[in-house]
Amino acid sequence: MHNFTYHAANSVADAAAKVADGEDAVLMAGGMTLLPTLKQRLAQPSDIIDLAGVAGLSGIRVEGGTVTVGAMTTHDTVANSSEVAAAIPALAAVAGHIGDPQVRNRGTIGGSIANNDPAADYPAALVGLGATVCTNRREIAAGDFFTSMFETALDEGEIVTSVRFPAPETAAYMKFPNPASRYAIVGVFVARTTGGSVRVAVTGAAGCVYRETAMETALEGDFSPAALDGMTASADDLNEDIHASAEYRAHLVGVMARRAVAACG
Amino acid sequence: MPTVSMNVNGEAVSGEVEARTLLVQFLREQLRLTGTHVGCDTSQCGACVVHVNGVSAKSCTMLAVQCADAEVTTIEGLADGDDLHPMQEAFRDNHGLQCGFCTPGMIMSALDLARRNSTPSEQEVRDWLEGNICRCTGYHNIVKSIMAGARAMAAVRGG
Ligand SMILES: Cc1cc2nc3c(=O)[nH]c(=O)nc-3n(C[C@H](O)[C@H](O)[C@H](O)COP(=O)(O)OP(=O)(O)OC[C@H]3O[C@@H](n4cnc5c(N)ncnc54)[C@H](O)[C@@H]3O)c2cc1C
Ligand code: FES
Ligand code: FES
Repeated sequence: MHNFTYHAANSVADAAAKVADGEDAVLMAGGMTLLPTLKQRLAQPSDIIDLAGVAGLSGIRVEGGTVTVGAMTTHDTVANSSEVAAAIPALAAVAGHIGDPQVRNRGTIGGSIANNDPAADYPAALVGLGATVCTNRREIAAGDFFTSMFETALDEGEIVTSVRFPAPETAAYMKFPNPASRYAIVGVFVARTTGGSVRVAVTGAAGCVYRETAMETALEGDFSPAALDGMTASADDLNEDIHASAEYRAHLVGVMARRAVAACG
Repeated sequence: MPTVSMNVNGEAVSGEVEARTLLVQFLREQLRLTGTHVGCDTSQCGACVVHVNGVSAKSCTMLAVQCADAEVTTIEGLADGDDLHPMQEAFRDNHGLQCGFCTPGMIMSALDLARRNSTPSEQEVRDWLEGNICRCTGYHNIVKSIMAGARAMAAVRGG
C-alpha cells in the first residue's frame, strides 16, 4: 500500500471540504473495499477522508412507510434492526447475507452502493425497492444511481448521506452466492408495491444491476412463480468468468426470480 | 508521522505510525502482540480477527489510525493470569485446534457470536464462521468448542 495522508472528518461539510482540498482524495467508510484496493495498488490516493467520526451519518429511522438508513450504517446494524425487520424484512435479509460477520461489522450501505460492485447485494435491493439515494447535494433515484460497473451517478467528491426505502407490500431476495466470497453470482430482488406494480432487480449477472422488465410484466399479471415458467434472462451481455458462464447466469436469473416470488408468499 | 493512541487489552498505548500502517502491524510489530496472526492479508481468512470497541473486526483490513481512542482486545487480553477464558478452555477441552494458526481469530470471532447468542446451534456457528478459515481441523471440533464455550460463558455469567 502506498502511503497517504489520513484525515478524520467531523461533519459532512468538513468531509466535503477535505475531499475537495486533496489532490486525489477519497472518502473512506469502513474500508472494507477501499483498503484491499489500496493493498493491490489499484488506487493511489493522496488523502483518505474517514467518515467514521461524522455524527448523524449512521442509524435507521422508520417513519410511516419509509425506512431511512444512514450511509455509515453497517450491514450488521441493518441485519439486526427490529425496525427494518418489521418494515422491510427482505432488506434486513439482504444485509444479513453480505460477506461474513466481520465484513458486516464494518462494511456500510454508503460504501457498498458508492462502490457499485457488479456482484454486490445492496444495488439489487435499492433498485428492487425503488429507493432514493440522498447525498450532500441532491436526491437520486436508485434507477439512475447505478450507471455501470463500479460507476455511479455520484459526482467527484459527492457524499452519500442516506438511502430512503419505501416499504413494499411484499419483497424477497434470493442469491446464488459465490461459495468463497459470498458475493452474488446471481442475486434477484423481487418487490411488489401496494399498488400492484412489480420490480425484478438482478445483480451479479451483468456489469451492473438491471431490471428484468419482461418478468415484471408477467408478475404484474399473475404474482406467482408459475408466471415465470419458461422465462430466463437473455445471456447476451451477461458476465462470464471461472465461476459461471453467461448461459448459466441467465438460467440462474430465472431460478432465483421464481424462488424470490415463492418466498414473497 | 501520525501518533495514534488506543486502549489495548485494558492498557493505554500510543505509538507513531504511518497512515497506511494496518492495525495488525501495529499490534504485532510495535506492541509485539504476536497472538494475532496474518494468514492471507486479503480479508478472507480471519486469522487476524480482534475486537474493536467490543465488535469483531479483521485487523488486516483496518488502519491503526482508524482505531484512535478505541478499545482493542486481542487474544492476549482474554486469560486472567493462568486462568484461561472459558472459550479458550472449550477449545482445549474439545480439541478445537491442531496447528493453532487460525485459533486466535477463531476465538475472537466466536466471542462476538457468544455475545449475541449464548446458545448457538451447530448451523448458527457454521454460518458465523464464514470469515474464518482453518486448514487443519475440518471445523468439526471448532464448532463443538464454540458451542461449548458460549454455554460455559453464559453459565459463568448466570452463576
Ligand atoms: C471478504 C469480503 C466479502 C464480501 N462479500 C460481499 C457480499 O457478499 N456482498 C456484497 O454486497 N458485498 C460484499 N463485500 C463488500 C462489503 O459489502 C463492503 O461493505 C463494501 O464493499 C463497502 O465497504 P465499506 O462500506 O467499508 O466502504 P469503503 O471500502 O470504505 O469505501 C468503498 C468506496 O465507496 C466510497 N464511499 C464510501 N462511503 C461513501 C459515502 N458515504 N459517499 C460517497 N462515497 C463513499 C469510498 O470512497 C470507496 O471508493 C465483501 C467484502 C469483503 C472484504
Ligand atoms: S489476515 Fe486478515 S483476514 Fe486473513
Ligand atoms: S488449527 Fe491449523 S489452521 Fe486451524
